[in-house]
Amino acid sequence: MTTYREAIREAIAEALTADERVFLMGEDVGAYGGCFAVSLGLLERFGPERIRDTPLSESAFVGAGIGAALGGLRPIVEIMTVNFSLLALDQILNNAATILHMSGGQFNVPLVIRMTTGAGRQLAAQHSHSLEGWYAHIPGLRILAPATVEDAGGMLAPALADPDPVLIFEHGSLYNSTGEPGTGPVDITTAAVRRPGRDVTLIAYGGTLHKALTAADELAAGGIEAEVVDLRVLRPLDEATVIKSIIHTHRAVIVDEGWRSGSLSAEVTARIVERAFYELDAPVERVCSAEVPIPYAHHLEEAALPQVPAIVTAARDVVSS
Amino acid sequence: MPRKTRARSSRDRELLRQMLRIRRFEERCVELYSGEKICGFMHLYIGEEAVAAGVCHALTSEDAVVSTYREHGHALARGVPIRSVMAEMYGKAAGCSRGRGGSMHIFDAERRFYGGNAIVGGGLPVAVGLALADKLLSRGRVTACFFGEGAMAEGEFHECLNLASLWGLPVLFACENNLYAMGTALARSQAETDLALRAAAYDVAAWPVDGMDVRAVADAAERACESIRAGAGPHFLELRTYRFRAHSMYDPDRYRDKAEIEQWKLRDPLGQIRLPEDELAALEKEIAQELEDAVTFAEEAPIEPIEELTRFVYSEVRP
Ligand SMILES: Cc1ncc(C[n+]2csc(CCOP(=O)(O)OP(=O)(O)O)c2C)c(N)n1
Repeated sequence: MTTYREAIREAIAEALTADERVFLMGEDVGAYGGCFAVSLGLLERFGPERIRDTPLSESAFVGAGIGAALGGLRPIVEIMTVNFSLLALDQILNNAATILHMSGGQFNVPLVIRMTTGAGRQLAAQHSHSLEGWYAHIPGLRILAPATVEDAGGMLAPALADPDPVLIFEHGSLYNSTGEPGTGPVDITTAAVRRPGRDVTLIAYGGTLHKALTAADELAAGGIEAEVVDLRVLRPLDEATVIKSIIHTHRAVIVDEGWRSGSLSAEVTARIVERAFYELDAPVERVCSAEVPIPYAHHLEEAALPQVPAIVTAARDVVSS
Repeated sequence: MPRKTRARSSRDRELLRQMLRIRRFEERCVELYSGEKICGFMHLYIGEEAVAAGVCHALTSEDAVVSTYREHGHALARGVPIRSVMAEMYGKAAGCSRGRGGSMHIFDAERRFYGGNAIVGGGLPVAVGLALADKLLSRGRVTACFFGEGAMAEGEFHECLNLASLWGLPVLFACENNLYAMGTALARSQAETDLALRAAAYDVAAWPVDGMDVRAVADAAERACESIRAGAGPHFLELRTYRFRAHSMYDPDRYRDKAEIEQWKLRDPLGQIRLPEDELAALEKEIAQELEDAVTFAEEAPIEPIEELTRFVYSEVRP
């Protein structure tokens, strides 16, 4: 058993050991040990050239990561949280995601950007949002959301091997979660069925996967067998796995910590409707965050986020309709 | 080393009172945090009190303050009621931000306190805009904008200094140089560590101040505000200070020497102004009562009903 945090740390260490071109850079990744302690101890092991502390300058160091990738290196750029990535949004969207296309295929950007996402720790509106759905809107990027310890460790190597920019979203509530470490790289093109079932498909990812699994347990106690699909890859979406499950269960509940309007859950709904409308026995349901900036007070934050009872209720509704 | 001298004036007494309030407030917050009454990120100002007390003393009630996530000191020195700040720390409906903000997002319209902003550098453009409005409406106000030296590496700092200078805006840029941005020492992250020099590159009047000496801070802030009010455009103060505590309650503080912290504690701003023993005891008692009252208020205050969760996403009064 290991933690999500340690799995990522080990994966970074292995990548640094395996390939001289790999280095980690970001705010407080070195002396501080990473704001979520992911890179703790790596500075001592690999030195300041490869565990590179940057000033507070998200746009500059993400842009520098793009440049270094163009220059033949394999940077892993850590942004403390998705909220701060907005200061680098221009670089991510206008450079990383577009240079390959704009250059007519001449220049690719083999860059990995890791960042924390999500709520649940009473950090209020500037530290708690789930904006990975926005990034999943952007062609040219691959968007990953590891929800398990195995994925947390196993997604880094294939992400580094990818010729194009890969963004990895680590949900802040998962760092202390434990699980079996994987045996190596995992696939970063497909969704995963985390629990088989026949009555309804619960589609989740990242921070909501475990809530969906808990809901599935509760549903099973009441005789409803839910299949749980972990999207894992938010772009390009693995439609096939989702559609296959719908064909099997004929019902879907999508759980997304993003806001409902214009969210990833909306995209998944649309794909189901486009591809499997006649398979559905009930309208698709969604359990998303309330459409408010995430508040500080514990009870308000809890109320704003997708929770197990709401998932259970939604699943019962679609099954009984 | 700042002189340890007796309080000479009512200003001295007021400065000491504000610093002491901030210190005692935060010490209490640490206890409440351990008791899980306060949660989330909490960034302490302990050690830096002279900056908030000195700068806010130079402001009038018409002026505005824009702050960071390390803003308990600014809020209290600005006059945000201690009850409403404490209730906010508790996440209660009676909190100044109705429990939605917490430690990092204190807002108070009545005191023109435009918030704790938790995006490093995020407050600077807001301050520039507030000052632009004041200038366009000929209001003769100052906007004081607090930020850490870490923010000077962000692009927004450079964009904002340029804009404020170009347009001659009435902003007091109050840079709290506590030498560390989380675990990153200034010298490890910024090529030119003479901060006033960098501000001066934008043709902004700028100078360093001993931020552990509250009188020096108040003097500098008064001088800067006077000059801003006279139409001289933005001013920049590098307030050289130090945080005695970790960056936040989550920070194990691995990146600096304990001896360095002890060295700075010798210059504790609270030790700079001495009061006769009985006067000090009376002041401590007054502050203890004010705090006790705030904690009781926060404890007893109701929480925001969950039905209210979606309020304040859009304005309730619409044309
Ligand atoms: C844009 C952005 N990047 C990173 C962070 C994380 N962070 C919060 S405070 C901080 C250090 C800021 O240091 P400084 O500006 O010197 O202020 P201090 O905390 O020392 O008062 C960092 C890196 C953030 N809040 N916003």
